[in-house]
Amino acid sequence: MDALTFAVQLLNGLQYGLVLFLVASGLTLVFGILGVINLAHGAFYMLGAYLAWWIAAHTGSFMLALIGGVAISFVLGLLLEEIFVKRMIGRDHLAQVLLSFGLILVIDEVRQILFGKDVHSVAPPAWLKGSIQLTDILSYPVYRIALCVVCLVLAGLIFYMIQRTRLGMIIRAGAENRDMTRALGIPFDKVNRYVFAGGIALAALGGILVSPISTVFPGMGDGMLILSFVVVVLGGIGSVAGAAIGALMIGLTDTFGKVFFPQFSSILIYVLMAGILLWRPNGLMGKGN
Amino acid sequence: MSRMISSASSLNRRSLLLGTAGLLTAASAFRFPTPAIAQGAPLKVGFMLPYSGTFAKLGKFIDDGFRLYVEQQGGSLGGRRIEFVQVDDESKPETATDNMNRLVGREKVDVVVGTVHSGVAMAMVKVARDTNTMLVIPNAGVNEATGPMCAPNIFRTSFSNWQVCEPMGKVMFDAGHRKVATITWRYAAGQQMVGAFGEGFKKAGGTVVEDLALPFPEVEFQALITRLATLKPDAVFAFFAGGGAVKFVKDYAAAGLNKSIPLYGAGFLTDGTIPAQGESANGLRTTLHYADDLDNAANRKFLADFKARTGADGDIYAVQGYDAGALLNEGLKAVKGDWAARNDVVRAMRTAKIDSPRGPLSFNAAGNPVQNIYLREVRNGRNELVSVAGQAVNDPARGCRVS
Repeated sequence: MDALTFAVQLLNGLQYGLVLFLVASGLTLVFGILGVINLAHGAFYMLGAYLAWWIAAHTGSFMLALIGGVAISFVLGLLLEEIFVKRMIGRDHLAQVLLSFGLILVIDEVRQILFGKDVHSVAPPAWLKGSIQLTDILSYPVYRIALCVVCLVLAGLIFYMIQRTRLGMIIRAGAENRDMTRALGIPFDKVNRYVFAGGIALAALGGILVSPISTVFPGMGDGMLILSFVVVVLGGIGSVAGAAIGALMIGLTDTFGKVFFPQFSSILIYVLMAGILLWRPNGLMGKGN
Repeated sequence: MSRMISSASSLNRRSLLLGTAGLLTAASAFRFPTPAIAQGAPLKVGFMLPYSGTFAKLGKFIDDGFRLYVEQQGGSLGGRRIEFVQVDDESKPETATDNMNRLVGREKVDVVVGTVHSGVAMAMVKVARDTNTMLVIPNAGVNEATGPMCAPNIFRTSFSNWQVCEPMGKVMFDAGHRKVATITWRYAAGQQMVGAFGEGFKKAGGTVVEDLALPFPEVEFQALITRLATLKPDAVFAFFAGGGAVKFVKDYAAAGLNKSIPLYGAGFLTDGTIPAQGESANGLRTTLHYADDLDNAANRKFLADFKARTGADGDIYAVQGYDAGALLNEGLKAVKGDWAARNDVVRAMRTAKIDSPRGPLSFNAAGNPVQNIYLREVRNGRNELVSVAGQAVNDPARGCRVS
């Protein structure tokens, strides 16, 4: 493999990893701060993509689809937290798994009723439609590069929010010790609601941003959910930095695995996960290693 | 006290149920005073198809196609009225045996028509062999159904995975391609399709430089597309379906490869997916046993009647259901509707010559269709006919011991 091909594969791996991070960050936040396992995370990823398709098909604007899809998902997250999820905080994981599995079925059925089950695609905004020539025959779509940039910016925003703002301080304190935070009079329960809605919005945002380079189809969230859990466990539950490192490792392992060890590409990321958990049982950045 | 009341009420319910059952038995005994061999009793056809899930649309079209054929014949085939039972197989192999047993055992159907998913179809084939039930497969292409698992009572009106791909080998060689790479999912259907293509291509004189595969149903193609760009084959042969087909074709075009390395595929790469693939599918050449613009009288009549009945445009799945009806008609016509002479029915069906919307259709000893395979190109948002890639293509039915 020459240097240029290697560089292109590296770019492929990084870009895949960044998308994984975007989706998994929402999962790790909800998991780490609310202590709630949300199996429906992949379903919201799928719902985001269908919302993007539907809004873009009716308005012709990808930007409107982006804003509208995220807003709708955020409001949906607030409602779900109020009605269901807040009852699950502190309950055992089985109850949470059952609730979120039920949500998967409901979301799937609602999607079926509203949008049907056909495969769709979404056009990227016109100014991101071109592609850059990399080798004599291979070119790279500008949208994929823009996607990398957007993911990096979002990652920076999430870090800034958690490390540097008052809201982030409350979130960190709550994740550390929920009861003590409450006892100090901090409105932690209200913060929970926004964290859950934010997690859902991140999943949907992932689905929306991916829709122009992927396709919108009913089962698209299933694979993403499993990969997101791998990223979360690998990085350490609740750690956004861990999720970022984990996601990039998965992206690169998957890409280079497909190239160098095609026969084993499907198990390589799980081998990686098993190896890292043997070394650090709570994940790369997990507490209590 | 409350205990007594509840036990009394449950007694009442039980006797009520018993009474109802008795009444029903009596009523049914009165309704059918003669045994079921009589010509008057309708022949029971059981549809075991996906009415929900990913393949629901395909199941519906097969169902509609079959019913359309029966309606065109005035509701009876060979003078025998046809009655339908439906079971939703949900494309789930784990419940397939139970569903099939229900149709054969409880519903006592004479013929089973199904299904789309190959794993489900294999379970159905096993039950059909064990119970000697007549089975007509209107889609699933798994080679084994008319290979090692073949039986006189098992027919297929669709295709075998081998059949739709092998002719592409010669087509691509004749187009001047000598070194070709293939790409598919690593699962049975993908391996069979790509394997059959490779067989045809090597026979024509070409070389397959690399078989790329990724786990089913993964859709992250970028690494393998970059790999194709470094391999620089003369052309690429691909098999994907549904969401994966849409994404692969789009990714391939987005990487600019479609300009320098022509992409070919099994027909499923562009069947029912063109609206979502958009411009990226333009010019794509695939092989299948049907094309959207086949110009023959049977196809024109079929498309018009199907549109009139359902309001939808007929496709290959509807044709496969329609031809399952036509095949059963050939069998029943030969015995004037007398199902007791089933050996004669089977013989007539094996030797049937059907004027199908897809062109001339007959069957080999294993019950797989002998049919034309067409080369199509995506133009104007549909799969338009380019040429006949293979005339009367016959699956080798490897491993089948029926003669």
